[in-house]
Amino acid sequence: MIVSRFKKLRSAMVATAGAGMMGFLPTAAQAEWALNLQRPVTEIARVQYDLHMLIMYIVTVIGIIVFGVMFYSIAKFRKSKGVEAAKFDHSTKAEVLWTVIPTLILIAMAVPSTKALLLMEDTTESDMVLKVTGYQWGWQYDYLEEDVSFFSKLATPQSQITGNETKGENYLLEVDNHVVIPAGKKVRLLLTAKDVIHAWWVPQLGGKKDAIPGYINEMWIRADETGTYRGQCAELCGKDHGYMPIVVDVVEEAEYMAWIEAQKNKS
Amino acid sequence: MTTAVADHHHDEVPKGITRWLFTTNHKDIGTLYLWFSFIMFLVGGAMALVIRAELFMPGLQVVNPHFYNQMVTVHALVMIFGAVMPGFVGFANWMLPMMVGAPDMALPRMNNWSFWLLPFATTLLIASLFVPGGGPAAGWTIYPPLSIQGGMGVDLTIFTIHILGMSSILGAINIIATILNMRAPGMTLMKMPLFVWTWVITAFLLIAAMPVLAGAVTMLLTDRHFGTAFFSAAGGGDPVMFQHIFWFFGHPEVYILILPAFGIISQVIPTFARKPLFGYSSMVFATAAIAFLSFIVWAHHMYTVGMPLSGELFFMYSTMLIAIPTGVKVFNWVATMWRGSMTFETPMLYAIATVALFTVGGLTGLMMAITPADFQYHDTYFIVAHFHYVIFCGSVLAMFSGVYYWLPKWTGHMYDETLGKVHFWLTVISFNITFFPQHFLGFAGMPRRIPDYSLQFAEFNMVSSIGGFILGFSQLILLWVVIKSIRGGKKATAEVWDNPEGLEWTVPSPAPYHTFATAPEVR
Repeated sequence: MIVSRFKKLRSAMVATAGAGMMGFLPTAAQAEWALNLQRPVTEIARVQYDLHMLIMYIVTVIGIIVFGVMFYSIAKFRKSKGVEAAKFDHSTKAEVLWTVIPTLILIAMAVPSTKALLLMEDTTESDMVLKVTGYQWGWQYDYLEEDVSFFSKLATPQSQITGNETKGENYLLEVDNHVVIPAGKKVRLLLTAKDVIHAWWVPQLGGKKDAIPGYINEMWIRADETGTYRGQCAELCGKDHGYMPIVVDVVEEAEYMAWIEAQKNKS
Repeated sequence: MTTAVADHHHDEVPKGITRWLFTTNHKDIGTLYLWFSFIMFLVGGAMALVIRAELFMPGLQVVNPHFYNQMVTVHALVMIFGAVMPGFVGFANWMLPMMVGAPDMALPRMNNWSFWLLPFATTLLIASLFVPGGGPAAGWTIYPPLSIQGGMGVDLTIFTIHILGMSSILGAINIIATILNMRAPGMTLMKMPLFVWTWVITAFLLIAAMPVLAGAVTMLLTDRHFGTAFFSAAGGGDPVMFQHIFWFFGHPEVYILILPAFGIISQVIPTFARKPLFGYSSMVFATAAIAFLSFIVWAHHMYTVGMPLSGELFFMYSTMLIAIPTGVKVFNWVATMWRGSMTFETPMLYAIATVALFTVGGLTGLMMAITPADFQYHDTYFIVAHFHYVIFCGSVLAMFSGVYYWLPKWTGHMYDETLGKVHFWLTVISFNITFFPQHFLGFAGMPRRIPDYSLQFAEFNMVSSIGGFILGFSQLILLWVVIKSIRGGKKATAEVWDNPEGLEWTVPSPAPYHTFATAPEVR
């Protein structure tokens, strides 16, 4: 599969990149001074991560070559060193070369990107459907097959925001009601909004998608491991755009079933 | 036109405020544009400092979230429409007639009007901050339905955009008319300096793109007040359609902001490398190719709206194509430096920094072209870092390069080289302190346009804010340098630099009020 191909490429590149690049490895995800994308826990997030690393290495190499030639010129071809300027003003050979080579690199980048996109947009054969509705300023979740529905809002107290109280560990990334999904199941998300455009984004679970009033967008998630994953609204939606986090609990299937039952009894 | 020329005494320079109000002189109008641009640069910069002050620490300290959103919105509008676009029109006014050997712009009275629309338009925009409900707070992209919710400030912004659009279109018509009709004998199209080429292409982009924006915001206005539902799904409209129309303008707009910058550094680098520009004709074709591509890539700004797969693939491939002509340009500049005989006066330093740091922005742009990865990058600080590398380092640093390059021609005095270099190093270093960490913030998951953030983003935000304040206050040095050079200093020769190419260096410094009353002969 394409994932394993990425992995091979990545490990080869990481090996040559050396210890200096350690900071870019996903282990640093939640730490302070984090340098790279958060550690992926779904297939989509992993494909995105690998594609991101691949392209970042490509552009880094291109950058080093361009800057290398530039700084070599700056160091070497100085009037103060008595260098006489050459007279040439074009070279068809060079110009063809630096048009053709970038084209080939782009084609090489387009192939894995296309494959990744095909994977991401394939929402068929899902195990369950979760409807996500953005509103100013929170999220509503509907488990369509289970008749479970609830709202989820910021749980950080105002006193922490204004600085009257010490900020907690999950400052601005905590909500009253967590979304719960089972690990290993393909969850199809249907996204819409009540008022203005929002975007639902939990970095570790994959990319974001806009929630647009009057329209239904879709995306899918299959989380490999249990855990609590946090994200935020990613489309400016007014005054409290910075205050509408998302918290997803990925749990084992049995635990999920028990949670659903408890929710049904609640309502 | 010849009769109009005959009944004026063109040698004397008018005095007082009426000189500036009624001027039809391209140099005066260029000066007005450049000062206006610089003032707006400081105003927009002050708003950026409000943003960086609020983001210095997690929590809310300085402003409330609604005002923060207004600052984010108005900072962008002021910088794009008030600082960068008028700045380049200022360069165009001053330099294009001198570069093609024309006595003035083709339509001098319209030229006066294009400028004097600007102060009124931006006054409306700034005034919007003081009306009930405050200024626009939906981001400079003013996406509905959020922008439908705003108060009167949004209407003022819409009118601002209408007036600025008129100004830009008039300016663009003038530039095209000048370049196509008023070139000196012998100045064939493929002999024009590259700055002239990039501007004529930019002017066509302006004429094509600005009316599209005007249409979009007019529909927004009628949606807000006259019961239409162009962008409301509840009334049969489509909020995503606004984004398509907006970015059909917005992407060419990006190149409107950058192509004249490419032109400026294509003038500066050959002068200080003492070597002709490498690949002149490929530069012209690359500029045209970028301009063409700019109309078929718009939806890469909105990969996450839920486009069909075929749409995502098309816009990914077309966007990646832009890397080819852009790469050609960068390689050509580097090849111009290769085996040159370089010196590093302030204009050259800025030109080199433009090439290097614009390349950083170009490469991150290539990363974002990749749709699957962009689902992570979209609307994070990674894009904030990207477009500041492109617009600040591409457009603004190139303008600085141009200011130092042509200042002796404008004022007749050399600028203070030491101060210029101080300004350069402070700007470039503090820029990178401000914006390089924002790449990491975006990767780590910080969304853009938020007044407050969770604790894992605290360190880099503090670094970024410190850099931002140094960057902001460093710009006062430029003001000092310019005033100093207007007031006096070492007399500049006609050539100013070491054997530079171009007709502007054949006239004395300062350039007389009227140049090329008789057309020069170009061989």
